[in-house]
Amino acid sequence: MIARPFIDWGWIVDHLDEIRDRIGEHLALTAIALGIGLIIALVLALAGLRVPRALPPITWTAGVLYTIPSLALFAFLVPITGFTTLTAEIGLVSYTLLILIRSIVTGIQGIDPAVTEAARGMGYSPRRMLWEIELPLALPVIVAGVRLAAVTTVGLVTVTALIGLGGVGFFILRGLNRFFDTEIVLGTALSVMLAMILDAALVGIERVLTPWSRRRSAT
Amino acid sequence: MIELDAVGKTYPGAAAPAVTSLDLVVTTGEIVALVGPSGCGKTTTLKMINRLIEPSRGTIRVAGRDIGSVPGPELRRGIGYVIQHTGLFPHRTIAENIATVPRMLGWERGTIARRIGELVELMGLDPAIGTRYPAELSGGQRQRVGVARALAADPPVLLMDEPFGAVDPILRSRLQDELLALQRRLHKTIVLVTHDIDEAIKVADRVAILNIGGVLEQYAPPGELLRAPANAFVEDFLGADRGIKRLSLIRIAEVPLEAGPVVAPGAGAAEVAEAMRRYGVDWFGVVSGSDLLGWAWGSEAPSGAGGVALRPFEVRLQGADTLRDALDTAITGRTLVAPVFDGERYLGMLTVDAISRQVIG
Repeated sequence: MIARPFIDWGWIVDHLDEIRDRIGEHLALTAIALGIGLIIALVLALAGLRVPRALPPITWTAGVLYTIPSLALFAFLVPITGFTTLTAEIGLVSYTLLILIRSIVTGIQGIDPAVTEAARGMGYSPRRMLWEIELPLALPVIVAGVRLAAVTTVGLVTVTALIGLGGVGFFILRGLNRFFDTEIVLGTALSVMLAMILDAALVGIERVLTPWSRRRSAT
Repeated sequence: MIELDAVGKTYPGAAAPAVTSLDLVVTTGEIVALVGPSGCGKTTTLKMINRLIEPSRGTIRVAGRDIGSVPGPELRRGIGYVIQHTGLFPHRTIAENIATVPRMLGWERGTIARRIGELVELMGLDPAIGTRYPAELSGGQRQRVGVARALAADPPVLLMDEPFGAVDPILRSRLQDELLALQRRLHKTIVLVTHDIDEAIKVADRVAILNIGGVLEQYAPPGELLRAPANAFVEDFLGADRGIKRLSLIRIAEVPLEAGPVVAPGAGAAEVAEAMRRYGVDWFGVVSGSDLLGWAWGSEAPSGAGGVALRPFEVRLQGADTLRDALDTAITGRTLVAPVFDGERYLGMLTVDAISRQVIG
């Protein structure tokens, strides 16, 4: 047996196309999970804020979903939904919900009551208040939640390699099966880099969306 | 302009009503202050006028219209609202904050921009402030922007909930003066909630004193309230210094002045003695034309006013000052009088006796 180097750069250069496709798949799985997760979390969080009695069961359910081991969840779903993107997304979306619901609820509850009272007193309807006052003001907290959810999801996507997806996680799985270190290291490094880049991008988006939160001087 | 007719509010689950049954009429162009101890329902009453709180009983009419027939948000866009902590929108610039209601009402962009300019000037704010965010402003500036925002769509009625409750006493006094100056130009109908009876007396045309459960104990102009409190509760609420408070309602220009024990610069000993005797004091002042030069003890002028070293009067009151200012001046000076001027021109004096006669009436 010929001793192979720890990282085989030649292999990487030969597989650039495949690497590019897997990164694309990874990003797509992450983006879909975050998008759908955000919509569901928004609906549930707003329902919980409107009807305070509904909030504890909502967060409890999201909490239970969050605690299920991802490996077990996918194994449980495959007989029902098969080796599909749907299976992957059900799992991925489930794991975003707790963080996203909490951050939306916390963000909106943290708004200065004087601001919402003034808004109501000047004739804002509840719907207008949500879009023009509450969500913009909760944005920094919500974005913090989205960043956390994004980093978590990027990591979790690698696990979906088990059901034939997995983005860069595919390399990790194949590397493990073939005892090929290069692929394991490549998949891990790419996953970490994707998480960091995505996080930085979200910070940038937050700064653009909340110019007001950075300007403070006189008191 | 605003009529409350047997209005009541009972919060769900509360044993006693917050407001039992209140009748109150606020006429156009007056400032009415709602005061009372906590739990008297003053804020509840205010918030029922713009339906932030729905009345449980009775009817409220604003400009003749039953507000129960107008959707809440629409009603509120037509009524100015100012609260204690201003509630400016932190994510909007000052100009955008002021533009809030006009924008909801669908005004044209150019009209809104002009209106913002007018209001910034009216409130004495720096025009450069428009592009800043609320967090960059001082407390006083924020409070002025809050008022500007409430006035933006030129509503006939303004509701103010403890508007100056969160600022320091000096700034509070200045903002109260500004509100009064503003009202002289705008003639709004203003209902103001405060826990500070002095504030109510200073800014209101009429004061409504409420007891627990929204019971109206007395509804009268400040002067009448202080002169003739309706019952022990009102008397107690007004405090032990009612007489002093009344003094703060009377301007010096409204009362007669005395010449005081004054003589011309060259007056002889007999003239000085006569002036002091007439007022029963042991000092005299020297007036040259319309100029009050100062004062000296009688013992320092055995041979008349000529050549005597005079002490200056430190405080120079004007006609717009109140009798409370005059009393303060009189009792803290050694001469026990308050000299009054029109600019630099000496008009006359107020003695402690003369001031107290205004209250005893």
